[in-house]
Amino acid sequence: MDYIGEHLLPGQLGHFFIVLSLVASLVATITYFLAAQSKTEADAISWKKLARYAFILEVISVFAIFGILFYIIHNHLFEYHYAWKHSSRSLEFKYLLACFWEGQEGSFLLWSACHSVLGVILIKRSRNWEAPVMTIVSFAQFALATMVAGLYFFGWKMGSNPFILLRDSGVLDNATGLHINFDVNQPLRPDYMLSVKDGNDLNPLLQNYWMVIHPPVLFMGFASTIVPFAFAMAGLWKKQYGEWTKPALPWALFSAAVLGVGIMMGGMWAYESLTFGGYWAWDPVENASLVPWMILVSGIHTLLIYRHSGHSLRATYLFFILAFGFILYSTFLTRSGILGESSVHAFTDLGMNFQLLTFLLIFVLPSLAFFFARYNKIPSVQKEENTSSREFWMFIGALVFFLSAIVIIGKTSLPVFNKIFGTNIAPPEDAEFAYNSIQIYVAIIMAALTAVSQYLKYKDTSGKYFWKKILIPTIITLILSALFIVFGDIDYNKKGPVFQGSIWLAVVCSIYTIVANAGYIWLGLKGNLKLSGGSISHVGFGMVLLGILISSSNKEILSNNIGGIPAPLAEGEDPRENLTLVKDMTANMGRYSLTYEGDSAHPKKQQWYYKVRFKSNDGKEEFVLLPNAFVNYKGNEGLMANPSAKHYWDHDVFTYITSIPNPENEKDTSSFKPFTRKTGDSLFYSRGFIIIQDVKQKDSIPEELFGADGTLYEVPLKIYSKTGSTYSVTSRLANAKGEWFAIPDTITSESLVLQLQKVNPDKTIEMGVKESSAVLKYVTLKAYRFPFIKLLWYGVWITAIGILISMVRRIQLNRKNSISS
Amino acid sequence: MKKIHIVLLVLIAGSIGVLLTFLQTASTYDTIDTAMAKPGKFVHLMAKLDKSQPIEYDAVNNPNYLSFTAVDTLGKSVKVVYHNAKPDNLELSEKLVLKGKYNDGKFECKDIQTKCPSKYKEEQAKGGQHPGTKETK
Repeated sequence: MDYIGEHLLPGQLGHFFIVLSLVASLVATITYFLAAQSKTEADAISWKKLARYAFILEVISVFAIFGILFYIIHNHLFEYHYAWKHSSRSLEFKYLLACFWEGQEGSFLLWSACHSVLGVILIKRSRNWEAPVMTIVSFAQFALATMVAGLYFFGWKMGSNPFILLRDSGVLDNATGLHINFDVNQPLRPDYMLSVKDGNDLNPLLQNYWMVIHPPVLFMGFASTIVPFAFAMAGLWKKQYGEWTKPALPWALFSAAVLGVGIMMGGMWAYESLTFGGYWAWDPVENASLVPWMILVSGIHTLLIYRHSGHSLRATYLFFILAFGFILYSTFLTRSGILGESSVHAFTDLGMNFQLLTFLLIFVLPSLAFFFARYNKIPSVQKEENTSSREFWMFIGALVFFLSAIVIIGKTSLPVFNKIFGTNIAPPEDAEFAYNSIQIYVAIIMAALTAVSQYLKYKDTSGKYFWKKILIPTIITLILSALFIVFGDIDYNKKGPVFQGSIWLAVVCSIYTIVANAGYIWLGLKGNLKLSGGSISHVGFGMVLLGILISSSNKEILSNNIGGIPAPLAEGEDPRENLTLVKDMTANMGRYSLTYEGDSAHPKKQQWYYKVRFKSNDGKEEFVLLPNAFVNYKGNEGLMANPSAKHYWDHDVFTYITSIPNPENEKDTSSFKPFTRKTGDSLFYSRGFIIIQDVKQKDSIPEELFGADGTLYEVPLKIYSKTGSTYSVTSRLANAKGEWFAIPDTITSESLVLQLQKVNPDKTIEMGVKESSAVLKYVTLKAYRFPFIKLLWYGVWITAIGILISMVRRIQLNRKNSISS
Repeated sequence: MKKIHIVLLVLIAGSIGVLLTFLQTASTYDTIDTAMAKPGKFVHLMAKLDKSQPIEYDAVNNPNYLSFTAVDTLGKSVKVVYHNAKPDNLELSEKLVLKGKYNDGKFECKDIQTKCPSKYKEEQAKGGQHPGTKETK
């Protein structure tokens, strides 16, 4: 049957290129393999030529698929399931790319596209290493191509195809309105597209500019870890056990810089658009990408040790294999749905678990087996490292970093452990502290080693040289640390004095890292920035640590209060984090006073912006934040909040909405509106709030007025107006001679009438509130203050810049060597 | 034995120790019955929202008090108290992971994780919401 309004050509082209990419990558793998195995030079050249054609064809296919899928999303061709599921007409252009990688298929394509770019550069640059290295890259391309193939083999579905039509995806099978005669057993109506007017849209949480840039950078980081891995494998394969380290080093540095930035961009996105109040939560998804980075960085350091001293080559092999292996493991972990209960990220299980597991094992098992089989052939130095040598301490640093990564991934893998052993272990009560309590010591060790190691020379250092050089940085650090201890503060004492002390120590060590490495640029390298890549990146690393330590341990919850009203906190009361702000009523909370001034809506979307004015009590700061929320957005019933932050050089003030009024509850208040409350409770009216001070029953009441069984209840009330005035009134309810009398209290200046209507046996009361003014408008929010968070962000950039400077230098060195040799 | 090997062994032993201690502090996934059997102990309670019972949340009176009834697959139910704002998708959730302790007849929750039917599963479910159904009805 022909359907009206469908555009089938892009999909047909897409299918064609998917098959082409599958075939081309397989051909490239085989021909590169044959080229690498060729006995004669002539054979190798002819195989390599063929392999290059195949790989270029693969690159063209991947970009064609990429382009076609983007065309479909951009032109809102909702007859395609992918466009329908991930995008909508109202979406801004900049987020169309984010739609592209919201789905698993798109993110696999992104990965594949990154491999393509890297592959082309490898073909141009890696000379003798091209054939073995590209065999592995091409095979990875083949594995990724199967992920989006969507082909069936004997009833087993391989991959998930992004060009599936909406009508073939099963989505419409039960939509009665779209079928002939409203019968789902009949085929679809030819004009069904008339009813498919808009897509499901991108998840509102992903509608953030970081989501446009973070995934490509992260995937470039993911993809590039294959290069050092492939070089290591090529070294084993061609039995050139050490030579590969030279061309692999710049690649490893590139990967570390890009992956590191990619991960932290995710942190920035979390900070700016998620509402857990931070940038890092030790969530499995975060851990899964951090761990390969840590192992890769360990590998870079052992590689440097090897290049300068001949030690640690075996460790380098292991680290590069595992860095890539854990990238695949993280892919399995995050896409298979195995994390289930332990992650806040909602993953969709595409039913590809078997395929994902195969992807992991097909690389990791053979490469580890290969490594251990050739383990004894890998050269190693028998002579022991000197404890005064740089390599000794560098190796310990790399080892601690690596083991810390293993500990993190071990804890993260609890769901996998449960699955394998059928156990029922859940994360501990304070899951974040389970990580922090260990990683703080790793931070101390790493920072201390990073500070001093550069002042040691490879092989052996004379004590005189070392102490002379490191004296000045150490003195500066001691002065800065003393200043910090006197003027700064680490308030975090929730976890006891030991942990608090550890944070202090880690702060001092981080300062030491920054000072010592910055100092080394002049003391050791005479200010030659080209050579200072390592020192610069270590300065950045120190800043990252310092930023994390200060911003997390001194994070302040500004919206602390009792019961949610901005009343003063009494001694010993457990503060709560949500605060309700009534419109135009200034609430005081610690450092700031807040006023909710109104709201505005996004012109196209169900997105509301709440204007909240912050004024610091010392009068130095005044600003307006616009935390916003998607309200009942496209089937996502309820509230999806986006925070808003004010950035200062030394701190951020950060707020987000946690609750807004349900429109059904907003009713006219010209009659008495009843509220049930108890002592200590509050109730809001449009211009302030009232606190129930007490519920008393009077004992001695004149019998002649009240009769024998008369009762008199008194409820003292305190009224806080937004004008700043407070009023005290006592509402009374009397039972005299069998009849109830309620005496309304009027507070004229507030146009407020209060009436105690009933006192229940359990001492809860019913208060009637009447006011002539409008409905009550309010928002509930949380607010935080993050000190020195900028240190973290700048630290990330400086680390990356330092690594890239090293990369450029290593490329230049390699070039010089190849010219001179 | 080289010094570096001693360091290596010590560090690996340390890491294993850290992981084992982690398992010691770990909690468990529980049903309402098993959670009630160990009052005061931190558990991950697997349940869902009992939609027939009222959800008590009034941000104006107290934005830090949420109370509802949770019911598990065995049909047992318990009152849950959560001193925080109501998770926005509580009513929509098909499953809840309630992290907290059972005490004095109620489950004191420190954290709630809501599991919502994902878009993908929703499409697969029979009779779910589909595009176009609204317009053509």
